[in-house]
Amino acid sequence: MGYVRNALATWVLSFAAALVAVPALGAEAGSGLKWAGDFGPPQGAPIHAVLTSPPEVPPATNRFYPAKVIVDLEVIEKQMQISEGVSYTFWTFGGTVPGSFIRVRQGDTVEFHLKNNPANKMPHNIDLHGVTGPGGGAASSFTAPGHESQFTFKALNEGIYVYHCATAPVGMHVANGMYGLILVEPPQGLPKVDHEYYVMQGDFYTSGKYREKGAQAFDMEKAIDERPTYVLFNGAEGSLTGDRAITARTNETVRLFIGNGGPNLVSSFHVIGAIFDRVRNEGGSEIQTNVQTTLIPAGGAASVEFRTKVPGSYVMVDHSIFRAFNKGALAILKVAGEEDKSIYSGKELDSVYLGDRSQPNMNAVSKATAAAAGGRLTLKDQVDAGRDLFAGTCSVCHQGNGEGLSGVFPPLAKSDYLAAQPRRAIDIALHGLNGKVTVNGTEYNSVMPPMNQLNDDEIANILTYVLNSWGNPGGSILTEDVRKVRAGGTTAGGSEH
Amino acid sequence: MHACRRKALPALLLGLLLGAGSAVVQAADYVPVPAGSLRSVLVSDADPGPVAVASYAMRATPVTRAEYAAFLAAQPQWQRETAPLVFASPGYLAHWGAAADAGASASLTAPVTEVSWFAAKAFCASEGGRLPSWVEWEYAAAADATRADARDDPAWLARILGWYGRPADGPLPAVGGAANFYGVHDLHGVVWEWVDDFNALLVDADSRAGDDPDRLKFCGAGAISFKDRANYAVLMRIALLSSLKAADSTSSLGFRCVRAEGATP
Repeated sequence: MGYVRNALATWVLSFAAALVAVPALGAEAGSGLKWAGDFGPPQGAPIHAVLTSPPEVPPATNRFYPAKVIVDLEVIEKQMQISEGVSYTFWTFGGTVPGSFIRVRQGDTVEFHLKNNPANKMPHNIDLHGVTGPGGGAASSFTAPGHESQFTFKALNEGIYVYHCATAPVGMHVANGMYGLILVEPPQGLPKVDHEYYVMQGDFYTSGKYREKGAQAFDMEKAIDERPTYVLFNGAEGSLTGDRAITARTNETVRLFIGNGGPNLVSSFHVIGAIFDRVRNEGGSEIQTNVQTTLIPAGGAASVEFRTKVPGSYVMVDHSIFRAFNKGALAILKVAGEEDKSIYSGKELDSVYLGDRSQPNMNAVSKATAAAAGGRLTLKDQVDAGRDLFAGTCSVCHQGNGEGLSGVFPPLAKSDYLAAQPRRAIDIALHGLNGKVTVNGTEYNSVMPPMNQLNDDEIANILTYVLNSWGNPGGSILTEDVRKVRAGGTTAGGSEH
Repeated sequence: MHACRRKALPALLLGLLLGAGSAVVQAADYVPVPAGSLRSVLVSDADPGPVAVASYAMRATPVTRAEYAAFLAAQPQWQRETAPLVFASPGYLAHWGAAADAGASASLTAPVTEVSWFAAKAFCASEGGRLPSWVEWEYAAAADATRADARDDPAWLARILGWYGRPADGPLPAVGGAANFYGVHDLHGVVWEWVDDFNALLVDADSRAGDDPDRLKFCGAGAISFKDRANYAVLMRIALLSSLKAADSTSSLGFRCVRAEGATP
C-alpha cells in the first residue's frame, strides 16, 4: 500500500510541523508573566476540571500547587440555529460553539479524555495550542464515533489558547464550529476582576444566502474562496444580544477572553464606546494599554480588560464592519448603573442643521462677493445672496417666511421693531439679543446667540435681504456698516432691550 | 422506550422476520462492474497514474438489518452475546434487541450498522463474497446515474456533502435509493461502508514503530493534498475508516459485499 502512504505523508508533513508548540520560556522572559512552567509532578488528589459553556468562564483555580486535572470533553454533532429560522449542522466540543471553556493552572498535568458521541457520523480529534508536543494532541486523540481517547500533557506555558479539531478536512471541521479556548493561569493566578466572559468569533459558509431560511448545508466552495455567509460571535446570530447580552454594572472590571476560531478570517475586535485598559496581545505576555481595536488572528486569542464607567449598551464588533452589520458579528455588553455626566453627558443638544455651506447655496453669495470686489454690487445681488444665507442660518428660528414662532422667536416680517431702527439689526446679528423685546405687540423673552461666525459681507447681505422682504421698509446695509459695528461703534444708536 | 417495544414483540414476529431475512439473503442482488481504470484520491508514489481495476460484481444495496438478522440466525456465533470481543467490540449491534432481534419491522429494510469489520467479512463469506477493496469501492462510487465517473460534476459532490451535513440522529432510511451507472444503489447518502483493506489506508508497510507515526501523518491532514476539490469529500470516508480498528463499529457504518463476476454462493 505504498501509494497510500505517500499521499498521506504529503497531506500532513507541513501541517504537523506548524502544530508543534513553542517550548517553555525562561522565568525572566517577557514581562515576568511567563514562567518556565514545570513545577514538578502533580500533587494532591486528581481534580475534575469545571467546563463551562460560552459566554461563561470557569472560576479561578485558586490553587498554588501543580495538580493532576482531568478534562472530559465530548464531541457532539447537532443541528442548531445559526440565525433566526436558519439551522445548520454544527460539530461541537461539548455541545456548544465555541466549545466548553477549559481552565487549568500552569504546571498542571492535564489528563484529557476526548469522547466521540456514538450518534456522531465523523471521527474527530483535538489540537490544543496550549500543548507542547507534536500535533498539540491531535495524533493522540483521533477518535471514532462511539470511542474515547486519552492523552496527558503538562501545561508548561501560561496564556489563553485556542483548541480545535484537526481531523481531515481540517477546514471543514473548524468551519463547523470545532474550536474553543483553554486558559492556562499563571502560577499566581490572574488579577481579580468583577466579570469574566468567553466570546469567540468564527466564520461560517452555508449553501444559502445570509439569513436564507431552513436547513443550510456547509459550502466548501465558499470556504475555499473565503467568502463567508456568516461571521459570528459564539456560533449564532443573536447569541449575545437581547436577553442573552453579557452584563456588568458601572465601576466594575470586565475581562473578556476573545478567541477567533476562523477558519479563515482575522478579527479586528472592537467594543464600541469602550477603550481596553489592558490587552494581552495575541494572548501573549506583553500587555498593551489603551487599545481601541485589537487584532485576533484565526487560531489565536486575546484577553482584554476594561473598567465600566458609563451605563448603556456596548456593541462588540469585528470592525471589518460589513461583517458586523451584514454577516452577524455583533454582540452586546449591557452595563447598568448610575450615569456619570462628567464622563459622558448623553445628548445635550439636538438642533436642525441644514448644511448652509453646501455648494448650491453659495452661488449667489459668490456672485455678490465678486460684484462687491469689482465695485458693481447691486441691491439685487445683495438680496439674492442674503436669501441663500438666511435660509441656512436665520430661518431655523425666524422661519423661511420671516414669521418667526409666536411667543418664542420674534417675526422679522412686517416687524415694527425692525422698522423702528433698521440699523439696530447689525448689532443684534453680531452680538445677539438677550431679554425682553416687544415685536408687533407680542412680548418675547428668549436668547438669540451672536452670529459672529458670519463675516461682514454675509451679515450685510442677510440684513439687506430682510429689509427688502415681507413688507419691510427696504434699504441696504453695506459691508462697511457691519465692519464699523463689529469694530466697536454702533450705528444703531443703542438698543432698547 | 426501546426496551418496552422489544418486550411487546411476540416471538412469532421474530420467526417471521428471520424467515423473511433468509429469503432476502438468497435473493441478494449483485450487479456486474466492468474492468477499467480509476484516478484514485490516493495516489501511488511509484506510479501516480490511474489504477487498473479488474471486473467484479457488487451487491446492489448495502446489507440490510433483515439480511443481517438472517445471518445471525444461521451463524449464532456472530450474535452480540456470543461474538468474541476481539472480533466485535462493545458497540457491536448495541441497539439491537436480544440475540437476532433486528428491532421494529420499519427498520428492517434499513442498512445494518454497528457491525465490525470481522463480522462484515464473515457475512460476505456466507454469501460467497468478500468485502470490496477501497479502490473497488471508490471505482463504483465515482459514478452517477448516467456516467461511470461523474466526480467532476458539482452535483455529484453536492450530493455527498449534503449527507455529511446532516446529523446522524434520525433513523436510517431504507436501502434502494436511485441506482447509479452500474445499477448499484446507496453508495452515497446513507451509510459509511467497510472496505477490506481499510487498515492499509493508514499502515505504512515500512513502519517499525507501530501505528503512531502514521496516525500523525493522517491527523491534521486536511486540505493540503486535494488534487481537486472533490477529493476531500471522499477523503472523509478514509478519515472515518482510519479512525477504526477491525473490531469497532459505529451507528452510521455499514457494508456491502463484492464477488467475482458470474460467481454464485
